Amino acid sequence: MSKSRYRVVIAKPGLDGHDRGAKVIARALRDAGMEVIYTGLRQTPEQIAAAALQEDADVIGLSILSGAHNSICPRLMGLLREKGLQDVLVILGGIIPDADLPGLKAMGVAAVFRPGTRMQEIIDFITSSLEAKASGLSSR
Amino acid sequence: MRQFAGFGTPEDTNRRYRELLTAGATGLSVAFDLPTLMGRDPDHPLSLGEVGKCGVNVTSLADMEMLFDGIAVGDITTSMTINSPAPMIFAMYLVVAEKQGADWQTISGTIQNDILKEFIAQKEYIYPPRPSMRLVTDIFAFCEAHVPRWNTISVSGYHIREAGASALQELAFTLRDGVEYVQAGVEAGLDVDRFVPRMSFFFNAHSDFFEELAKYRAARSLWARVMRERFGAKDERSWKLRFHSQTAGVSLTAQQPMNNVIRTALQALSAVLGGTNSLHTNSLDEALALPTAEAATLALRTQQILAYETGVTGSIDPFAGSYFVERLTRDLEQGSEEYFATIDKMGGMVAAIERGYPQREIAESAYRFQQDVERGRQVIVGVNDFVTDDAASVPILQIEEEAGRRQLDNIGRLRRTRHNVAVSRALAKLKKAATTNDNTMPALLDAVRAYATVGEMCDTLREVWGEYQEQAVI
Repeated sequence: MSKSRYRVVIAKPGLDGHDRGAKVIARALRDAGMEVIYTGLRQTPEQIAAAALQEDADVIGLSILSGAHNSICPRLMGLLREKGLQDVLVILGGIIPDADLPGLKAMGVAAVFRPGTRMQEIIDFITSSLEAKASGLSSR
Repeated sequence: MRQFAGFGTPEDTNRRYRELLTAGATGLSVAFDLPTLMGRDPDHPLSLGEVGKCGVNVTSLADMEMLFDGIAVGDITTSMTINSPAPMIFAMYLVVAEKQGADWQTISGTIQNDILKEFIAQKEYIYPPRPSMRLVTDIFAFCEAHVPRWNTISVSGYHIREAGASALQELAFTLRDGVEYVQAGVEAGLDVDRFVPRMSFFFNAHSDFFEELAKYRAARSLWARVMRERFGAKDERSWKLRFHSQTAGVSLTAQQPMNNVIRTALQALSAVLGGTNSLHTNSLDEALALPTAEAATLALRTQQILAYETGVTGSIDPFAGSYFVERLTRDLEQGSEEYFATIDKMGGMVAAIERGYPQREIAESAYRFQQDVERGRQVIVGVNDFVTDDAASVPILQIEEEAGRRQLDNIGRLRRTRHNVAVSRALAKLKKAATTNDNTMPALLDAVRAYATVGEMCDTLREVWGEYQEQAVI
């Protein structure tokens, strides 16, 4: 049975404090009917994984603008696997160079959204990915 | 024309600075990395992946000595974008000057030192607002006595605007921050006409051409009035609002990045026509990464063309008397006064910040702007209109992970080789200054001389004042 509302943890890892993007997307997802938990600033990968577990998250949305994604994402993905949370959809927003995209995809980041992305595109991506996941499970 | 630079280790950035000075620059502008800005050493867990990324890592006096190795700090001016750990980093610069034999009475430069906009917008705060304000006034008092030519603060609207504020909100919150600092200085027993002339401002140069131009005019007029009427300043230098501008990073797009050159040129023009005292023009690739050397050069050329080819610097306030610009200016002044009244009623800017008022106002504007873009009410060329399928094809600067490893090695070596008893003694003295009303600068200078790290000095004050936790509002 699918849940009535998708639960999304929006997290801002690392030391950067530029939270405009994280806050705008958090509000857009909430307005789109999702249950949004915004962790606030400066979360370690450990704290984000713990929040995802505790909040029973369907999605983790990371906002990283500082260039630290290549250190933070592998750590977080490892922790999610350790906690049995590999089914949580992880998406990333921020300033991410082209060259880093294949590596991020390979470690399990489902999508990367860069500056100028429409909020509707992110909402649609989350909805269709989670619906696909749910139908995949029920047909098993 | 002093372009902001810093990356990797102090050795890396020192090399870039020497090149800049050889090329004719007379000043330097230091960009620090996030661990330094947040008062964390490279070996702290939150520093993972951040060392040397957004700027240069400076952990101790040894790093500051390397940063200015072969550069006579008495002969240049240095601007340092540093806020919460401003007293620690400034103390390091002063000790470098001391060791080079430069006179504190004559050296000059700027520290950003604007903690209020950190709580409002950029969020690089450490301590709660009230002890943070005390560190700011400690610097005012120390500089008045010992470093009289230093610009002690750059009250910044730039980051407030980048976080999503409107032009009016940028203007109103920035000037109200300025009022809060002057009030704090007065309450700390300082004479307005002695410390206010060392204050400067920093505004965003955004895309709405005439509104921006009017914003700078309104800022000058408002500040002069506030200084005369609210604080009774008598010295004309206290009335004058000196300001730096930087074009709007947030307006740059990853799509069709060459368009950013045009955006930046027009934004820069509005700042010049609005009377900016200095300017930073952004590079075309900043929505993608830190700028490459080529992109940074083109940004500088944009300024040079404005300054030397167009003739726009030849007249002061060329739009005075234009009915349209005068009207915009008056509306912005009036709107600011209404914000001032609201914030005054809350008990001042610190109290307003504690209630989340400016943060909420800005988040609201940011969300509204994004909705306008999505609904096509606000056109962004190449993003929601005139879109092409061409992928961005400009070269990107790569920062190596190597800087983090080298700084980790350096800090390990430093902790083994320095006189650790002297460090503990200096930190104990710092703690004592923080718990009393003594100015913290002399204790910080001693800690720096003993090679205490930024993280150690900041932690000492964290023990006394705690860390600020904001209530996140979405």
